[in-house]
Amino acid sequence: MRAVVTADPILRARGVNKSYGALKVLHDVDIDVLPGEALGIVGPNGAGKTTLFGALAGSFPVTSGAISFNGIDLTGTRASDRCQLGIARTHQVPRPFLGMTVFENLLVAAQSGARLDAAAATGRAADVLRRTGLADAANRPAAALGLLDRKRLEVARALATGPKLILLDEIGGGLTESELIALVDLIQSLRSEGLTIVWIEHILHALMRVVTRLICMSEGRILAEGEPRDVMANAEVQRAYLGSSPE
Amino acid sequence: MLEAILQGVLLGGYYAVLAAGLSLMFGVVRFINLAHGDMAVLGAMLALWLVQVMGLNVPMAIALTLPAMGAIGWLLQRLIFERALRGGFLIPILTTIGLAATLQNGMFAAFGSDTKSLGAHIGSLSWASWHLPGDIFLGKLPVYMFLTALVVLGGLHLILTRTGFGRAVRATASDPEAAALCGIDARRVHRGAAAIAVALAGLAGIFLALRAQVTPFSGPMMLIFAFEAVVIGGIGSLRGTLIGGIALGLAQAMGGMISPQFSILAGHCLFLAILALRMTEAAASERGGWRNTLTAVLFNRSQIKGRLS
Repeated sequence: MRAVVTADPILRARGVNKSYGALKVLHDVDIDVLPGEALGIVGPNGAGKTTLFGALAGSFPVTSGAISFNGIDLTGTRASDRCQLGIARTHQVPRPFLGMTVFENLLVAAQSGARLDAAAATGRAADVLRRTGLADAANRPAAALGLLDRKRLEVARALATGPKLILLDEIGGGLTESELIALVDLIQSLRSEGLTIVWIEHILHALMRVVTRLICMSEGRILAEGEPRDVMANAEVQRAYLGSSPE
Repeated sequence: MLEAILQGVLLGGYYAVLAAGLSLMFGVVRFINLAHGDMAVLGAMLALWLVQVMGLNVPMAIALTLPAMGAIGWLLQRLIFERALRGGFLIPILTTIGLAATLQNGMFAAFGSDTKSLGAHIGSLSWASWHLPGDIFLGKLPVYMFLTALVVLGGLHLILTRTGFGRAVRATASDPEAAALCGIDARRVHRGAAAIAVALAGLAGIFLALRAQVTPFSGPMMLIFAFEAVVIGGIGSLRGTLIGGIALGLAQAMGGMISPQFSILAGHCLFLAILALRMTEAAASERGGWRNTLTAVLFNRSQIKGRLS
């Protein structure tokens, strides 16, 4: 980890602000994500974590600030362009294409996101199905899936777009312990293949097993950043994250 | 009776083609194109012009009109609707009202107000029929049109389910934001959908010109029929659109048996009944079933007041 500090970041955000009217959700956020690293983001609800993902993935334009990916300035690009460049994003509440089968969900992502032809996209989709444990559900309509499979599909669809960087938004929530372990294994194996990961998660023990660097956000700002254990030991982080108790 | 039923079903193919384009625009691009009927008339006028002025035969004119209408749909989306859609909910609707008026008066200026028909250019096909047992006469043209409608809607179904573009269309219709995050460029999908929708409208206009006649002001009535078929069949499924079109055709044919003036009205009545049913159904599920809804409506219980306040 110390050795890659000199590498150019794959994703660089500088002075990113996002306001909804008078409500400022992101304040001058600076982030560097290094290629191949696994970066965790924690913070209380309303800290702006998911908004940050939206800003990075291009779900909406930012109020000000600059984001670049692999040295390409992303200002003014749309979510679909960013996906094709290699940024994938999952949602906290899975958003599968309900009227389509699991396989079709992956196929459309592989064709549009990774610009694969039909044959290559089919191969990619089959691959991703196997890796994410969805092979048995391939021909079921996405609407028929339970929560675990919907979460798997959310990750699988992001993978099918052939990302270089994947933004995972609370994929652990609502899963049982054994489901969580399977998920951590999957993310670790993705990382070992060189995929860069940024992961927002409230389930700390799962997060801590994967990430090598941690950011804590609070009220739209980055509160602390560094070695996961140091960040969690930070007094400000403890106050913001664990809540200021009344006593 | 049986003859009326057959005619109603066959008429349904025409309504289904007319409705499919409207439904596609609403389901994918998410706006209601109030100029849809006028697009259909434009298709008919284009085909008529190719036949009557340029001297082409009817199949050739159809083969040229459909891609031309597709191109017009693509351009409309690219140049007009895309901008209008950025203006919120009302602007696109107002835009299509303006487009409808422009089209009607533009076609009036270009082609005059006479009723026109392609019927005179297809020889005996416009009146030839099969004589079925039971003394039923089945027109050949309606049968061919119905079969064409089935082939076209079936083809559209295959495009939507079997091609990359089709899957992108369905993904965008299902969740535009998630689709964008999968790398799907909504603008391309919308332009493609608009091209298909306008080409379908053009085909429906040609159908109308073949089996009856059109004037530059036939559009609004066609829009109403398209709406009715879409509402009866439910939005977002081609099978539903086909069923909706057939139901509308059947209602009109049955109404026509009572009296010729009752034909169109019967279609409207079916549409209103289904619309009312859908609305009460929605209200019923909101309030916990039919029984609660009925008591609430009949006895003006507090649930209703609570909802209104």
